[in-house]
Amino acid sequence: MQCPESLRVQAYFDAELDAVTAADIERHIEHCAGCRALLQDLEQMRAVLRRDLGYARAAPPLRAKIMRALDQEGAAETPGMALPAGRLQLRERVSQRRPRSFWMGALGGAGGTAIAATLAFLLLVPRVTNPLLDELMSAHVRSLMPAHLIDVVSTDKHTVKPWFAGHTDVSPVVADFEAQGYRLIGGRADYLDHQRSAVVVYQHGAHVINVFSWAGNERALPDNATRSGYHLAFWREGDLDYCAVSDTGWDELMGLVRLLRDTAAGIAATDATATGAAH
Amino acid sequence: MDEKRARFEEQVLPHLDAAYRFARWLSRAPADADDVVQEAILRAFRGFDALRGSNVKAWLLAIVRNCHSTALKQQRQRAFVQLPEENDAQDGYAMTATTPDPENASIRRDEQRTLDRLIAALPEEHRTVLMLREIEEMDYRQIAQVTNVPIGTVMSRLARSRAALRARWLQETAGEPRAVP
Repeated sequence: MQCPESLRVQAYFDAELDAVTAADIERHIEHCAGCRALLQDLEQMRAVLRRDLGYARAAPPLRAKIMRALDQEGAAETPGMALPAGRLQLRERVSQRRPRSFWMGALGGAGGTAIAATLAFLLLVPRVTNPLLDELMSAHVRSLMPAHLIDVVSTDKHTVKPWFAGHTDVSPVVADFEAQGYRLIGGRADYLDHQRSAVVVYQHGAHVINVFSWAGNERALPDNATRSGYHLAFWREGDLDYCAVSDTGWDELMGLVRLLRDTAAGIAATDATATGAAH
Repeated sequence: MDEKRARFEEQVLPHLDAAYRFARWLSRAPADADDVVQEAILRAFRGFDALRGSNVKAWLLAIVRNCHSTALKQQRQRAFVQLPEENDAQDGYAMTATTPDPENASIRRDEQRTLDRLIAALPEEHRTVLMLREIEEMDYRQIAQVTNVPIGTVMSRLARSRAALRARWLQETAGEPRAVP
């Protein structure tokens, strides 16, 4: 027989109760064995589901197809051609849909084809102007393809960091922030900005965060940017340039950046003390 | 390639994976999910100007659900009824983690397959509510918005799907033969 409070216990578990009701339920759970067991079951199931599911993601080809469709959509949205909203239907299987016929109709003939080709070229020119941004985003997307993400699989910074020494030109900050929700899952070497850069790979919820690092030069870093739904956050630490890339939200991404910067600052402080307070 | 597109990429596209997962939970065939997601993103882009202060993820997933029902209706009109693919191996594979996990990767794989199968066997309205809560971490109000049902219904569906999944999971794991010397 199920306890009549079970729905409220579930709501308590899902953090949907106000403080007063939550306190009520906590008291109830103390002397209701059934609800205690329920709460435990709920916790267990959540842990299993979050561990084993949820990583399915839109494959890069689908993502690219959607970006192209958006390009077309943007072209179709120029003034005077706006589609009447509201009566939009799934006219046909999207994958079979042909490019908007407007251009073809308006620019018929061979000359038209040439113009259309030029237009298509203009539309397809990447919006990313800074080549570094382009490179980083491509590297991130490539890393999400099967078997490309990680070269050294480890949750232990003492395994990942030495591995970089042999395989890349830099030695970045490596730390695990599992307690804060950023789990270290490994490292990778990537060719970036004409050098062998180190990539530390973190997992945050269902998202992968790649933290690239390479020997900085005097060139100014790009501003934080969003490209194709991926956020790129840049910073400089000592003589290394860093960029964290992910499709997680800005807040989550900046959370990791803060942790990494704090860690770097901590290491620098320890080094200063270790070398014997020269100042 | 304007300011609208930039804002759209910034606010909506970070939820593309969530939209894709949701489409996969709604429809069994991966190809259908691709089409539904693409259509949903386009619709979202067209309606983006009307989006005001609402939760972007819930808004986008509601569009995905609408696109899915439209596609389903059209399929039925064409009298092309797709039977659910109970043991679609590819389906199961695609829904499991693609992120290599350092520890116990191989031990987990069986568990993941079982879990995928059990979740796929849940009725659609139970499966989606459960996934929106546990994987997408949405609150009851957002789930109600996405699935277009009252919050009370969200709560009861959530309770039922959790109980069903747990019962089936126990059945499944208890039925497995133990290692025999």
